[in-house]
Amino acid sequence: MGDEKPKFLIKGGKRLDGRKPEDVRPIQIKMGVVPNADGSAEVIFGKTRVIATVYGPRELHPRHQVINERARVRVRYDMMTFSVEDRKRPGPGRRETEISKVLAEALTRVVITEKYPTRAIDVFVTVVQADASTRVAGLNAASLALADAGIPMRDLVVSLSFGKSYDEKGQGHMVVDLEKEEDNWGMGDIAYAVAPALGEVLLLQMDGDVTLEEFKKGKTMADKAALEIYEMQKRALKARYEEGSK
Amino acid sequence: MISEIISNLELSEIRDAVEANKRLDGRKNDEFRDIKIETGVIAKAEGSAVVTMGKSKVIAGVKISVGTPFNDRPNEGVLMVNAELSPMAHNTFEAGRPGEVAVELARVVDRSIREAGVMDTKKLCIEAGEAVWIVNIDFYPLNADGNLFDAGTLAAMAALKTAKMPTYDKETKILNRENMKNAVPMDCTVVASTFAKIGDKMVVDPTMHEEYASVARLTVGIRDGNIVALQKGGNGGLTSEQIDDALTRAIKHSKNLLKHIK
Repeated sequence: MGDEKPKFLIKGGKRLDGRKPEDVRPIQIKMGVVPNADGSAEVIFGKTRVIATVYGPRELHPRHQVINERARVRVRYDMMTFSVEDRKRPGPGRRETEISKVLAEALTRVVITEKYPTRAIDVFVTVVQADASTRVAGLNAASLALADAGIPMRDLVVSLSFGKSYDEKGQGHMVVDLEKEEDNWGMGDIAYAVAPALGEVLLLQMDGDVTLEEFKKGKTMADKAALEIYEMQKRALKARYEEGSK
Repeated sequence: MISEIISNLELSEIRDAVEANKRLDGRKNDEFRDIKIETGVIAKAEGSAVVTMGKSKVIAGVKISVGTPFNDRPNEGVLMVNAELSPMAHNTFEAGRPGEVAVELARVVDRSIREAGVMDTKKLCIEAGEAVWIVNIDFYPLNADGNLFDAGTLAAMAALKTAKMPTYDKETKILNRENMKNAVPMDCTVVASTFAKIGDKMVVDPTMHEEYASVARLTVGIRDGNIVALQKGGNGGLTSEQIDDALTRAIKHSKNLLKHIK
C-alpha cells in the first residue's frame, strides 16, 4: 500500500482526502487519558493518533543530568510497533532520538523550568497510529499533558506540518497538515510549532525542495491554522478544568 | 548533550560583540570563518576530505561496499551518513554510543544530502533485489569549535565528489578496490549554513563558545537556490522574521560555499 506514486496530490484545488490546501484534518483532543500520569492527553489528526503523558516534576536520574538552576524537560518520543504499515522495531531508533531532542527543546521554552531546580519533567510521546505528522500531533499532546499536570507554562505549544504537493500538471502548491500520501510523495515536509502568545517558532524541521517564497507562503498558512489549533487546545483545557471541579 | 560552563563574563562579551556586529574573532555577524578543503587525504577510503573552518576541523571518508537492498526498494542502493563525536576532538565529547547530539548532527547532514537529490540511489543498483551499492559517508570532527553541521556537510560533499567506485563481479561476487576509476554518480551539490541566535541577532557559522551563548540554532540546506533541509535546535524560539532573515542569507552564502567544492 502507498507504493505507487499517485498522479496528483491536488486536483481542482482539492487534496486526495477532499481538503483544501489550508485545511487541517479533523482534530480531536482527549484529556486525562492515562489516569496514572500526572498529566496526559491524546491528540488525533485524521488517522494519526498520539498519546502524551507527563510525570513530574520528580527526582532526576541519572544524577549527572541534573541542572542546578532549573528543571530538565526530557522527552521520549516512540512509535508503537503496529502503528505503521511495516512493523516498527520496538524502542527508539535514531529518528526517534532526534525527534525527542527537538520536542524537548520546544517544550523547554514554554515550561517555567526555573520553578523546579534540579528536577525532571518527563514527557512520553507515544504514537499509537501513524498517518504522517506524528511529531507535531505529539507536540500538541505534550503541551496539553504538561498543562494537565499543572506545570506552570509561559504559553502552549501549537504544532502542525506544512508542505508542498503537486497537482495534475505537476505544479507545486503549499498545503497544511500533511497526511501519509502527501508526506511520502510530496515535494516538501515541514514540521512546525509556534508559541502564539510569545510570537516564537519553537520547532522547524524540513526535508524537501521549496523556494523561499513558497516557504513563506506555507508558513503564513500554517500560522493561521495554528491559531485554530490554539483555540482547540484552550477549549480542551477549560473543559477539563470544569469537569475536574464537578 | 554538549555543554560546558563558560564564564558569565565571556557570555556577555560574546553578546556585546554580536550586538556591535564585530564578533570576538573579528568577524561580522554574516561572515563565515576561512574555509579550507583538502581532498584525497585517506588512501584506504574511496573518497575523503578534510574541511577546516577556523578552528573547527572535520574529516569525512566514503566507503563503498555491496549489500542487499531494502525489501521495499529492491532496485535502489543505500546512502548513509554517520557522525562520530569522538572524545579526541573536544573535552565534552564522551566515548560510547552516539548521543542525541551526534545523532542529530548526522541526520541533519544526511537530510541535506538526501533531500537535495545529490545521489540517485537507483543508479546504485547492481542487480534488483540481489545486490546494490552501499555508500557510507562517515565524518569525525578532528577539532570541534562549533558549526559542525556546515563543516560536516562540506566534508561529506567534498569526499563524495572525489570518491571512486570499486568494481564488482556479479558471477564471482568479488568486490575489487584496485584501479578505481569511475566517479560516484552524483546529480547536484548541496551546502548548509547554520545560524546561532545570540541576543536577537542571527549569527552565521558560530564558534563553539558562540553556540554556548546562543539560545537557538537554525541550519539551512540549499541546493540551486532552493531550501531542501531545515533544522532548528536549542531551547529558545525564533521569530518569523529571524527565520526569513536566515533563509535569505543562507541562499546568498550557498554561492560562496559551493565554490569550495567545485
